Amino acid sequence: MSTLNQASLRGVSAGRKVKDRIVQVLVYVAFLLAVIPLLSVLWTVVSKGAKRFDPDFFTHSLNGIGANDAGGGAYHAIIGTVEQVALASVIAIPIGVLTAVYLVEYGRDSRLAKLVSFFVDVMTGLPSIVAGLFILAFWLLLLGFSYSGFAGAMALSILMMPTVVRAAEEMLKLVPNDLREASYALGVPRWRTICFVILPTAFTGIITGIMLAIARVMGETAPLLLTVFVTSAINNNPFQGPQMALPLFIFDQAQRPNDVAINRAWAAALTLIVIIMLLNLVARVIARLRKPVSR
Amino acid sequence: MKIGTRLAALGGVALAGALSLTACGTDDNGGGNAAASGDCVKSTVNAAGSSAQANAMSEWIKGYQQSCPGSNVNYNPSGSGAGVQAFTGGQVAFAGSDSALKPEEHGPADARCKSGKALDLPMVGGPIALIYNLKGVDNLQLSPKTIASIFAGKIKTWNDPAIAKDNSGAKLPSTPIKPLHRSDDSGTTDNLTKFLLATAPDVWKFPGGKTWPSAAGGQGLKGSDGVSTGVKQGDGTIGYAELSYATNGKLQTAKVQNGSGQFSEISSDTASKAIAGAQVSGQGNDLALTLDYKAKDGYPIVLVTYEIVCEKGLPDEQAKFVKSFLNYTSSQQGQSILSGLGYAPIPDAILTKVQAAVKGLS
Amino acid sequence: MTSETLEQGATGSLGERGRRLSTGRLGDRLFGISARGSGILLLLIIAAIAVFLIAKAVPALKADKANFLTSQEWNPDAAQPRFGVLQLAWGTLLSSFMALILATPVAIGIALFIAYYSPRRLASGLGYVVDLLAAVPSVVYGLWGLQFFVPKMASVANFLHDHLGWIPLFGGDNVGGQSILTAAIVLAIMILPIISSISREVFLQVPRANIEAALALGATRWEVIRMAVLPFGRSGMVSAAMLGLGRALGETIAVAMVLSTAGGISLRILKPGGNTFAANIANTFGMAGNLGRGALIASGLVLFVITLLVNMLARAIVARRKEFV
Repeated sequence: MSTLNQASLRGVSAGRKVKDRIVQVLVYVAFLLAVIPLLSVLWTVVSKGAKRFDPDFFTHSLNGIGANDAGGGAYHAIIGTVEQVALASVIAIPIGVLTAVYLVEYGRDSRLAKLVSFFVDVMTGLPSIVAGLFILAFWLLLLGFSYSGFAGAMALSILMMPTVVRAAEEMLKLVPNDLREASYALGVPRWRTICFVILPTAFTGIITGIMLAIARVMGETAPLLLTVFVTSAINNNPFQGPQMALPLFIFDQAQRPNDVAINRAWAAALTLIVIIMLLNLVARVIARLRKPVSR
Repeated sequence: MKIGTRLAALGGVALAGALSLTACGTDDNGGGNAAASGDCVKSTVNAAGSSAQANAMSEWIKGYQQSCPGSNVNYNPSGSGAGVQAFTGGQVAFAGSDSALKPEEHGPADARCKSGKALDLPMVGGPIALIYNLKGVDNLQLSPKTIASIFAGKIKTWNDPAIAKDNSGAKLPSTPIKPLHRSDDSGTTDNLTKFLLATAPDVWKFPGGKTWPSAAGGQGLKGSDGVSTGVKQGDGTIGYAELSYATNGKLQTAKVQNGSGQFSEISSDTASKAIAGAQVSGQGNDLALTLDYKAKDGYPIVLVTYEIVCEKGLPDEQAKFVKSFLNYTSSQQGQSILSGLGYAPIPDAILTKVQAAVKGLS
Repeated sequence: MTSETLEQGATGSLGERGRRLSTGRLGDRLFGISARGSGILLLLIIAAIAVFLIAKAVPALKADKANFLTSQEWNPDAAQPRFGVLQLAWGTLLSSFMALILATPVAIGIALFIAYYSPRRLASGLGYVVDLLAAVPSVVYGLWGLQFFVPKMASVANFLHDHLGWIPLFGGDNVGGQSILTAAIVLAIMILPIISSISREVFLQVPRANIEAALALGATRWEVIRMAVLPFGRSGMVSAAMLGLGRALGETIAVAMVLSTAGGISLRILKPGGNTFAANIANTFGMAGNLGRGALIASGLVLFVITLLVNMLARAIVARRKEFV
C-alpha cells in the first residue's frame, strides 16, 4: 500500500529499523520461494506440452486413434471439462455463497450456523474419490442413472462447496459494519443490503475463492473416473452418456507406454492450465470493472 | 441481484464459449469411412477394467471401427477390481481383469448376468519384463532364485556371486542393487510374486498377491510408467513392468531362466509359448487359466488379461455388440496386432476355445 | 422466525440490537429462507456422505480380523482380512502438518509481499502468478515431482543425512528422494496458493484507518503489520491454513506418485516409506475387491473424523486467542 512508504520511517531507532528490514527480506524471500517451484512446474509443462499444442489437438477427439498412433486430440476432453465444471459451478456457487451469507449475516450465533460452519470445515478434508464414490452409490446405483457429465459435476460440486463457503465467509466477515448500518439506516431491506452493498464489497475476495475452487476441481481425476466414465469420442451432451475430461485424459495418456500418448498428456496439462488462467483473468477483469470500493 | 447477474454473466460467457466450441470439433481421425462390412454391430458400449490391456483396447477399437464405422467402446482403464465392480453393478457391458473371477466374486457376477453366467475369457497375454539399469552390463541373465533374492533384499550388490553364477563371464560392477516395485496394487505384481512363490519358495517367503509385500523392502513407484521412470533415472536399479514400457523407455531387460533351465529372452513369442503351458481351470465356457510359472518353454513371467462377459442375459443390443467385438478381438486378425504392442497373442490351443465361447454368447 | 442475533462484527458493532431473520417483507423472507436453506442443504449433503461412508464401512469393519485402529497392516482382500489405519493416520498427519508448517509462513509472507511490499502496480499481477500454482492439476504435480523433484531431493536427503544424520529425524539407512519429506514439500507447494490467496484478500480488507493510526504513531512497516494487519487477519489466516490443511489431508494422486509407500511408522522423514489415507486409496482402489473397497471407505471415514478433530482444535485455538486481541 502506498501509504506505507519509507517516509514514515524517519526518526526510528536502529533496532526497529533493523527488524523492519529483516522482515522485509523475509517477505521477499517467501515470495521468491514460491516462484521457484512455480517456474519449474510451468517450464516442465510448457516445454513438454508444446510438442502437441497444435490445431489438431484442439479440433480432434481421440476416436479411432490406435495405441501407437500419433495425432488425435483432446477436443472431447476440453468440451467435457468445460461443461462439467460449468455445471458444478452452477450448483456449488449459489449454495456456497448463500450458505456463507447465512453464516455471516443471519445466524452467527445460532446452533445451526455453528453446525454448518463446523461441518463445512470437515468437508474440506474429504478425499476427492470419496465424493465420487458417494455419487456413484447414490446417483448411479441407488437412483439408477447412467454415467454422465452431470454425475461428475455433482461430485465436483461437493468438492467445490467448502472452499466457496469458507472463502466467502471470511470475506463477508470483513465487510465493515458501518456499511450495513448505513444501509439499514436508509431503510433498505435486508436482502437488498446484502445483494447490493455487502456482496459487492466482498466481491473480489469471493471471486478469488470461487476461482480457487474451480481451479481445484478442474484438475480432479478420481471422482470423474467413477461418475463420468471415459470415452474417446465427442459427446456434447453432459446429461447423457459417458464424457471425457482433461484430467481423465491426462491420467489415461500419461500412463501409456508410448511417447506420443505421453506428449498428448502434457499438452492436455498445458491446456488445462491455460483454461484456468483464462478463467482467472476474466474473473479478475470483471471484478476490477465492477469494484465498488476503490482502495 | 447485481452479484448474481455478474456471476450469471460469467457463467454465460463460459456456456456460450462451450456451445460455440461444440461446433468445431471432429471425431474423424482419418479412420476411413468404409461402408460397414462383414460382422458389424453399430453400437457403443461401456467397458472398464485392467489398465494393462488399455493399449490393446485402443488398437482393437480402431481396427473394429475400420470395418464398422460409428461403433465404439468406451474403455475405462480404472483397474481390474474397479472393472469387476462396475460389471457386477451392471454399469458396463464387459470388464477387463488381470485375474479370473474369484469364487466369491463369481456369485454376484453371475447374478448380474441374470439368465446366464459370467465367463472369464483370456484375450491378451503379456510378458512382464525385468527392467534394469546397470552401466556396462548388457545381457543380464537371472534365475528365479536370484530374482527372488534381489527383490527380497537378500542380495545387495550387483557383483554378488549368485548373479555372477547366472552370468558366467560377465563383468559385474559392485554397484548396490536398488530394487523397485509397484506401490499401487497391480496384476504385474500379482503375477511376479506368484512366479517367485512357485519357483523359489525357499527364498521368497512372502505371500503372492496384487500388493507388494512391504516386508520385502525396496522402493515403490506408482504405475508401470513410474517404475520405468525410476529405472531410467537411477544406476543399479531393477524393476518390473509390461514389455511395452521397456520398449518405449529403451530399457534393458533381463533374460529369465525357465523350467527347463534355459535363459529365455523376453518377447511376444516366448511369452505365448509359456502361456501355452497353462491349464484351463474354469468350467464349461469359463476359461480361467492356471498359469504354469515353471513352463519348460518360453519366457516364464507372464500375465493374462481376461475379458469378463455375460454368457447370456445382457440387453439384446449390447449382447450383439459384445459378441461381435470379441469375435474380432479373438480372431487371428485381432490377435495379430498384439505382438506389435508388446503383448503376447493367446496361443492357438486356448484361442480356439475362446473363439468357441464367444460364438456361444447371446 | 427466531431471534438469531448477528454477531458483533470484527470492526464495528451493531450494539445489542437483535436482528431477525426476516423483517416481514417478501424479498427478505425469500432471501433469508434460501440462505438458511442452503446451509441446511449443505448439512444434509454432509450427513448423507457420512451415512454412506458408515453404511459401506460397517461390513468391512465387521470382517476385519485385526484391530482397525491400531493395526498397521492393509490386507482387506485376503482370505483372513486384516487391515488397520494406524500407519495411514500417522503418515497423513505427519506429511500434512509438515506441509502446513512449511507452507503457512511462506504463504503469509507472499500475501504480505503482495499486499504491502510489492509495487502497487505489480501487486495484482503477482497475485495472479501465485494463483497459477493453484491452477496446476495435481497429476501434473505428481509427474513433475517424480521426474524432476524426486531426483533433486535424493541429493538433498543424502546431504542432510550425511551432515545431520545424528538427529533421529534425518537418520535411518537408505535415505532417498521418495520420502515423506518430499511428499510434504510437494503438498506445501500445492497448498501455498490457497493459503496465500485468502490471506492476501484478508490483508487487503484491513481498514485504512487502522493502518493510518499505526503510522501516525510512528510505526515502521513491520510494526504496522504486526499491530494492525496481523491481528485483524488472524481468523482469516487460520481459516486459510485450515483450508490448506484440508487439501493436504485429502490430496491423493500427487502423494501417491511421489511417495514410495511402505509399511511401518517412523519419524525418519528422509526414508522412503510411509503412506497416507488418500494415497492408499489411489494405490489400491483400482484393484480392490468388495471388501477392499469397504475397507478403503472405512479409512475415508477415519480421515473424515481426523479432519473433524483437527478443525475443532483450530477453532478452539482461534477462540482462545480472540480474548487477548
